[in-house]
Amino acid sequence: MDLYEGLSEPVRKAWERSLSGGRASLSRRSLLGGGLAVAGAGALTACGIPAATSTQGTKTDDLSDKDKSLVFSNWQLYIDQSDDKKHMPTLEAFEKQYGIKVTYTDDITDNVEFFAKIQPQLAAGQSTGRDLVVLTDWMAGRMIRLGWAQELDAGYLPHAYANLEQRFRTPDWDPGRAHSYPWAGIATVIAYNTKVTKGKKVSSVSQLLTDPDLKGRVAMLSEMRDTVGMTLLDMGKQPESFTSDDFDAALAKIQQAVDSKQIRQFTGNEYTDGLASGNLAACVAWAGDLVQLQVDNPEIKFAIPDAGYLTSTDNMLIPAGSKHRKNASLLMDWYYRPQIAAELAAWVNYITPCAGVKEELLKIDKSVANNPLIIPDAAMTAKAHVFRSLTSKEETSFESKFAKLIGA
Amino acid sequence: MAAISTAPAGAPTETPPVPPGRAARRRKLVPYWLLLPGILWLLVFFVAPMVYQASTSVQTGSLETGYQVTWHLATYWDAFKEYDLFYLRSLIYAGIATVLCLAIGYPLAYTIAFKAGRWRNVLLVMVIAPFFTSFLIRTLAWKTILADDGIVVSVLDKLHILNATAAIGLTSSDRVLATPLAVVCGLTYNFLPFMILPLYTSLERIDPRLHEAAGDLYARPFTTFRKVTFPISLPGVVAGTLLTFIPASGDYINAELLGSPSEQMIGNVIQSKFLTVLDYPTAAALSFMLMAVILVIVSVYIRKAGTEELV
Repeated sequence: MDLYEGLSEPVRKAWERSLSGGRASLSRRSLLGGGLAVAGAGALTACGIPAATSTQGTKTDDLSDKDKSLVFSNWQLYIDQSDDKKHMPTLEAFEKQYGIKVTYTDDITDNVEFFAKIQPQLAAGQSTGRDLVVLTDWMAGRMIRLGWAQELDAGYLPHAYANLEQRFRTPDWDPGRAHSYPWAGIATVIAYNTKVTKGKKVSSVSQLLTDPDLKGRVAMLSEMRDTVGMTLLDMGKQPESFTSDDFDAALAKIQQAVDSKQIRQFTGNEYTDGLASGNLAACVAWAGDLVQLQVDNPEIKFAIPDAGYLTSTDNMLIPAGSKHRKNASLLMDWYYRPQIAAELAAWVNYITPCAGVKEELLKIDKSVANNPLIIPDAAMTAKAHVFRSLTSKEETSFESKFAKLIGA
Repeated sequence: MAAISTAPAGAPTETPPVPPGRAARRRKLVPYWLLLPGILWLLVFFVAPMVYQASTSVQTGSLETGYQVTWHLATYWDAFKEYDLFYLRSLIYAGIATVLCLAIGYPLAYTIAFKAGRWRNVLLVMVIAPFFTSFLIRTLAWKTILADDGIVVSVLDKLHILNATAAIGLTSSDRVLATPLAVVCGLTYNFLPFMILPLYTSLERIDPRLHEAAGDLYARPFTTFRKVTFPISLPGVVAGTLLTFIPASGDYINAELLGSPSEQMIGNVIQSKFLTVLDYPTAAALSFMLMAVILVIVSVYIRKAGTEELV
């Protein structure tokens, strides 16, 4: 039985994403599962979690040449599929090209939940059973910081090295891309439903937080970096270099809007549903969702605030313990051939990190090629900012404060 | 054994009689063998997680340095001080939802048990049918049902019911979503079958002749209900309220999807502490305290209501 029968394609996709495959989705099973997975231990004192050691990040034996296989964990609806959903054209082309059997699983539904799932194995120095995983940059940064991502061999990555867009080359959490390459880029922007705002444009975070016309119909994201980063920009601070005081000031600003009931909710992907139904007038949103949502809801518009917007990336990395480093690297490199990257971008609708894709996309689908949410133009790129990486102490303290703000 | 002893005296006995001591011992062991799967289950899925969780709650550390058991019991007190309001809110929401479930579920179970006739099975299926859909989808459906511009809300608004609920703080201005009312509605809806099914089984067992007898003794229908039906169905009421109240107080999906920041429950705090903030000790301590609070409430309740016939 198809649960989503009768829903249009973009709304269905958004639902699926928000329910089971959301960037910040939730599932009670995973919480229970996390508890059970770690449950084998005996006596109380024997249950400590070992320290993360950076030695695990160094390379393990590579069995790639003997064992032509690869296990690839990705987010749901994050790879091109044929119309009948039975095939993944770009991936199958890769298998054919290199004779490598790829086991593709879309079992990542949420950064923190996935981390909770693989953390026990990684902490114990065991293999996660995966050779390639896709994680959002701050989580990828945490994996690298803990020594749980393997260093890459540049020799296997010629296309990736040549074609990675300049602006993605030097993230502060992985200088020179020694451990990771982006799968797709994410833009965090403002979205609004013109039917609800009665044609009024919503173009800044200040407006979200204070405009009385929007009262009670504003949502922000439950991802701390997106919500706080956009607010910092609005306050004239740089998310690349803010201080802890700036962070507190941004939180105070959002808190005011929570107290005055201006903000209705902090959500994961399920804002797409609220925006389409009109329960939300405006919100902070991920561009990739909007591309799909707009297909069926032309009244939904997006705005890039003058103060700028936030970009992040979802990154491929090879977790510690993987014995197929070469195979995984070849796959990373595969998606940096402009033609392959174009096919992928035309389907997933997120920002492509690969240069030279626009020309290829023009051959496939002009509307995608000219959509600034997929291939940002120069004006848009100029306004892009990234959230700086945090030390583990900052991370705990910031997440804790933010959790209080969003009510938990 | 009886068959053997009454066998004709001349018939050959095929198996030599087992020495009585061994047979008795073997028979004594049978219950333990039968219990083995259950005990193993409890050890693996109850005791082990409990021990692990208890251990986590008294550890300190970070991912970088690892976590060690340091018997830092202050975690409990600090966590309680910080989140006492969330416990209170969870218990209140779960309590209201339980009362609502009883108010809706009892008449329904009564109707199915005594009045439904040949519709009984159809009605029972209708009670259980929502379970065929995912918990998340069912909860999200309420977002559509209670949409700001939807039929339900505009009717409630026209009837000025929303003004009344707003006055007692259940809703705010002219919407239901992202208010306590929406969360309570979601909880009530999601846990209603857990109330109806035990009620139904205990009502269905009642011999209709008891009602006739009560009538013969000049009891009016209401008196019959008060003095005969309800007392007999009490085990169902107790089981139903427990099955509703306990999971509802730990739920976090309804608050997350249907509530605003000021409706988040203790389950939301535990989830965020464990997954996002990575404060495993506090998350574990909070779960233990939730369990303790519920245990205390439930034991007081059971003592008052009696459990002799709970099963």
